[in-house]
Amino acid sequence: MSLAETRSPAADRLPTARKTVPLRRRLAGLEGRLAGWVLPLLLVVLWEALSRAGIIAPNVLPAPSAVAGAGWQALKSGELLHNMGVSTLRALAGLAVGGLIGFVLGIANGLWDLTFRYTDTTLQMIRNVPHLALIPLVILWFGIDEEAKLFLVSLGVFFPVYINTLHGVRSVDPQLIEMGRVYGMSPFTLFRRIILPGALPSIFVGLRFALGIMWLTLIVAETIAASSGLGYMAMQAREFLLVDIVVLAILIYALLGKLADVLTRQLERACLQWHPAFQKPGSAP
Amino acid sequence: MNAPASPAAFSGATAPASGGLGVSIRRLSRHFGAKRVLENVDLDIPAGQFVAIIGKSGCGKSTLLRLLAGLDTPTSGTIGFTGARDDAAVRIMFQEPRLLPWQRVLANVEVGAPARLQGEERHARARALLAEVGLAERAGEWPAVLSGGQRQRVALARALASGPRVLALDEPLGALDALTRIEMQALVERIWREQGFTAVLVTHDVAEALALADRVILIDQGRIALDLDVPLSRPRRRGSPELAALEGQILSRLLGG
Repeated sequence: MSLAETRSPAADRLPTARKTVPLRRRLAGLEGRLAGWVLPLLLVVLWEALSRAGIIAPNVLPAPSAVAGAGWQALKSGELLHNMGVSTLRALAGLAVGGLIGFVLGIANGLWDLTFRYTDTTLQMIRNVPHLALIPLVILWFGIDEEAKLFLVSLGVFFPVYINTLHGVRSVDPQLIEMGRVYGMSPFTLFRRIILPGALPSIFVGLRFALGIMWLTLIVAETIAASSGLGYMAMQAREFLLVDIVVLAILIYALLGKLADVLTRQLERACLQWHPAFQKPGSAP
Repeated sequence: MNAPASPAAFSGATAPASGGLGVSIRRLSRHFGAKRVLENVDLDIPAGQFVAIIGKSGCGKSTLLRLLAGLDTPTSGTIGFTGARDDAAVRIMFQEPRLLPWQRVLANVEVGAPARLQGEERHARARALLAEVGLAERAGEWPAVLSGGQRQRVALARALASGPRVLALDEPLGALDALTRIEMQALVERIWREQGFTAVLVTHDVAEALALADRVILIDQGRIALDLDVPLSRPRRRGSPELAALEGQILSRLLGG
C-alpha cells in the first residue's frame, strides 16, 4: 500500500521515464512510510539528551535508555509479556462482547422501527452515564476479577459501535434498496448485498472510536482494580517508586494504540476497496 | 457502442422471452391523499410496441410507470399483461443508474440476471450484456470510475439481464449530456429492435419521444390528453420535416393546453 507500489503501473506506461522514476518513487514511498516516526524519534533523542545533561532528574522522568533497560529486564523475566498478554486478551474479549452486541442492536434498530422505538430511549439514557463512573459499583458486583474488566470494556465499546452501525444502516441510499426490491432480492440478499456494505464505512468509524475507548477503559480499570495486566504493573511500580516501569507502561499503551489503529486501517482498506476514498491513485482511468 | 454480443451466450437470454407482453390498463387511478395524480386511465399497449409517455412535471407520468413496474399499488383499477408473466418479466430502468458502488461492473449486471441462472452461466449472461452495451472491457472496474453515460449503460445491461418482456424507462437519459443522450437513444432503439420487448419510456423531451417511439401519449392532469401514432420509418433522422411537424403538434398541445 506504499506510494511506490501503487504508482508503479503508471511508471510502466511511461517507458522514457522508467530509468529515473522508480528510485525516486521508492524513496518517496519510504519517506511516506517513515514520516510519522520522525517526530517521536526526535522527541526521544531530545529527552535522552536532556536526561544525560542532568536537566531532567531521573526520579521525575528517567532517560529513554533507562526505560529501555527496565523494559529489557521485564521482558527477560517474562513479566512484561505476561502482563501485555493479559491486557490484550481483556481488551479483545471486551471488544468482541460489547462490539458484537452493539453491532447486532445497531443493525436491528436500523432495520426495524419496532425494536428502535422500544430500545433506543433506554440506550441513549445509559449512554449518557460515563461508564467509568460505574467502577465502584462494578467492584462491588464483581470484585477485581476478570468480569469487572470485561463488563466495563464491553460497555465502553458498545456505544460507538451501536450508534455508528445504526447511523450506517439508516443512511443507506433508499434508491438502492428500492432497486434491490425491484430486482427481486430476498430480504436476506438485500441485507447482505446492499444494506450491510452500505453501512460498512460508518461501522468502521464506530470501530475506530471503540478501539480508543477500549484501551482507555481497560487502563483505568486495571489501574484501579486488578491483580495483573499493564495497568496493574504500572500501579505496582508506583508503589515501589519504579518510575522507569511506569514510563514503560505508558509508552506501551501508545504503541498498542497505534498498532490497533494500523490494523483497523488495513481492514478498512481491504473491505472498502470500492470506496473512492480508498481507491489507489493508479487505478483511475 | 457497436460491440456485438457473443451470440451463443445471448440467445439463451432472449430465447424464452421472444417478444414482449401486451399491457392493458383499465380505469387506473392513484390518489395521494386528496391529490388525484391519475384518474381513470385506460390504455392498451400491444406487445412489442415502443410507447413514450410525456407530460409536464407532476402530471402523473412517473406514477403511471411506477404502477406499471409494480413499485406502487393503484388506488383503483387494474394493470393486466397478456401472455405468461414471471417475476423478471417487467424491469424498470431508473433516472439514476443506481449501481451498487461496492460491486464491480460485472457483478452489478448480474444483479439483474434471473434466479435460475447460477455461477458461470450468470457471469456469461452478464458479460454478454455488457458486450451488448459496448462495455465488455470495463467488467472488472468499480462503478465510481465510469462516466455518467457508461453507468447508465451498465444499468441498461442490468435491466436487460433477465430478458424482460416489458421494459419501463423512467427518464433514464435525463441526466446525460446531449451527445451521450443521442448515442444512448440509438443504443436503446437497437436493443429494443433486436429483442422485441414492449418499451414504455417516460420522458419530458418531446424530440426524444419522437425519435424512439411508435406512439406518443401525452398525460395532463392525470388523464391521457393525446394519443398519437408516429408512423415514421427507423432509424429516424433528427430534424426531418415530419418529425418537426409532429413535435410542433405535441408542443402546442402541451403548452397551449
